Amino acid sequence: MHALALKLSPRRLLPVLGPLLLLALWQLAISAQWVKPVLLPAPSETLAYLLQDFAGGAILPDLWATLGRTLSAFAIAVVIGVPLGVALGSSESAYRSVEFLIDFFRSTPSSALIPLFMLIFGITDLNKVAISSFGAMLIVLFNSAYGVMNAKKTRVMAAQIMGISKWHQFKDVLLMESLAQTFVGLRSAVSMALVIVIVAEMFIGSETGLGHRIIDAQQVFNVKSMYSSILVTGALGYALNLGFLLIEKQLIHWSGKA
Amino acid sequence: MSGPLPATLGIPASTHSFVAGGDSTAQRPAAPGTHVTVRGLSKAFAGAPLYSGFNLDLPRGQIVSIFGPNGCGKSTLMNMIAGLMPMDTGEILFDGKSLRDTRIGYVFQNYRDALFPWLTARDNIAYPLRRSGMRETEVQARVAELVALFEIRFDLARYPYELSGGQMQTVCIMRALAPRPEVMFLDEPFSALDFEMTLFIREKLQEAQAATGVTMVIVSHDLEDAVFLADQILLLTRRPTRIAEIVPFRLPRPRTPESVADPEFVRVKAHTLEVFRREMKA
Repeated sequence: MHALALKLSPRRLLPVLGPLLLLALWQLAISAQWVKPVLLPAPSETLAYLLQDFAGGAILPDLWATLGRTLSAFAIAVVIGVPLGVALGSSESAYRSVEFLIDFFRSTPSSALIPLFMLIFGITDLNKVAISSFGAMLIVLFNSAYGVMNAKKTRVMAAQIMGISKWHQFKDVLLMESLAQTFVGLRSAVSMALVIVIVAEMFIGSETGLGHRIIDAQQVFNVKSMYSSILVTGALGYALNLGFLLIEKQLIHWSGKA
Repeated sequence: MSGPLPATLGIPASTHSFVAGGDSTAQRPAAPGTHVTVRGLSKAFAGAPLYSGFNLDLPRGQIVSIFGPNGCGKSTLMNMIAGLMPMDTGEILFDGKSLRDTRIGYVFQNYRDALFPWLTARDNIAYPLRRSGMRETEVQARVAELVALFEIRFDLARYPYELSGGQMQTVCIMRALAPRPEVMFLDEPFSALDFEMTLFIREKLQEAQAATGVTMVIVSHDLEDAVFLADQILLLTRRPTRIAEIVPFRLPRPRTPESVADPEFVRVKAHTLEVFRREMKA
């Protein structure tokens, strides 16, 4: 009885309120005929289509393709971005000398570089991963570098006073100090990787992927497939972000507290 | 200020050539029982001299408080001795050795920023020991020794951000003491603590000093804190900074919270304040 009351207490239901309201508004738009059903199917139909997509497994190859590309791009971004960022961050003059380049390309929407990458990599799967990892890498690099540069001076001094070697000051203090900011970068980077992969799947000739599925459905006016694919893409982005948040909370337990 | 004042009252600071003096050279021998010698120290900020030909002897196994007007460079002096800040010219020796060959401890004002939040309190204390290559059994024995000395009752398996301010500063002091430093520096260790914790840490610092015989240097902006723990109060002038006076304070230890009502404490505090006010006006 007590447990049930706790489960159904209004506070715990608050997070569900927003989605329910959106669904209600969506249904209202259909019922009141504000939008033509041919442009926007009813939520029930869309969700039914979505379930059927998963039950029949039709969407799965596209989902795995997008997830695979996003994670490969992210992995490349981390392998290059973290060491490079930490190295640049530990030498202020090194970072200042490339700061403009990093900021410039960070401010350039990576999608604008798609034609350039097509010239280099052709219309291949590699191209999608390459451009996505490029965009994600800049975010990782920038955050890792700032994590090191903004390390608390007192902590470094404390290690220095103890007579700790330069290498251990770097490994035990600077690197640990940078982790919280690095993780902020990783979380933004995985979202960025997904965005670019989806865009690349839409516009760089593609046979698979959620981006490909969305643009294909749109071309043949299969709006139910389009909306359900959009929902799956959103859910994927949300899940990736949530996953990283949970890992961060476990690993960087001091983040925001010290 | 009322109260009994020592005979030195009213004598200009310049005649007090305890240690500092314009004509003293860098070769001036140290007084007996000296641990740290500072000779010919000069430091300028943006062309304005802060220290110029500054000499100082710090006695072995005693607690010296540095006190002086705002901006006279109390912390700067201590940080130059501790090697955290470069000096322009001068020489600082610990028993004739350079800093490189000397084990020192340092307690920062901002304990939150000084502890490593990714390590538990226990691992923070053990960190300098482990990095010096000490065996794990010895590390644990040393930590246990410090736990006993400080009568720690909170859980050292917790992370620093789970501790109160006073507990964090206690961990900082334990970490600084762990490698058995020859000299320990404390930069306003009480300024971020409430009164109850200040009393506790004062008591523990005295006990730790008595147990280890470590030479201690404390920078304080609170007159009572500066006097309470000190064997000597080093009073500095306005910049360019010289030594205004070195006030000895010989009240027997352990000093308790009631010691602040002791006539000797009152006298020394009043005299220190007198010198401080004179220097503020100068």
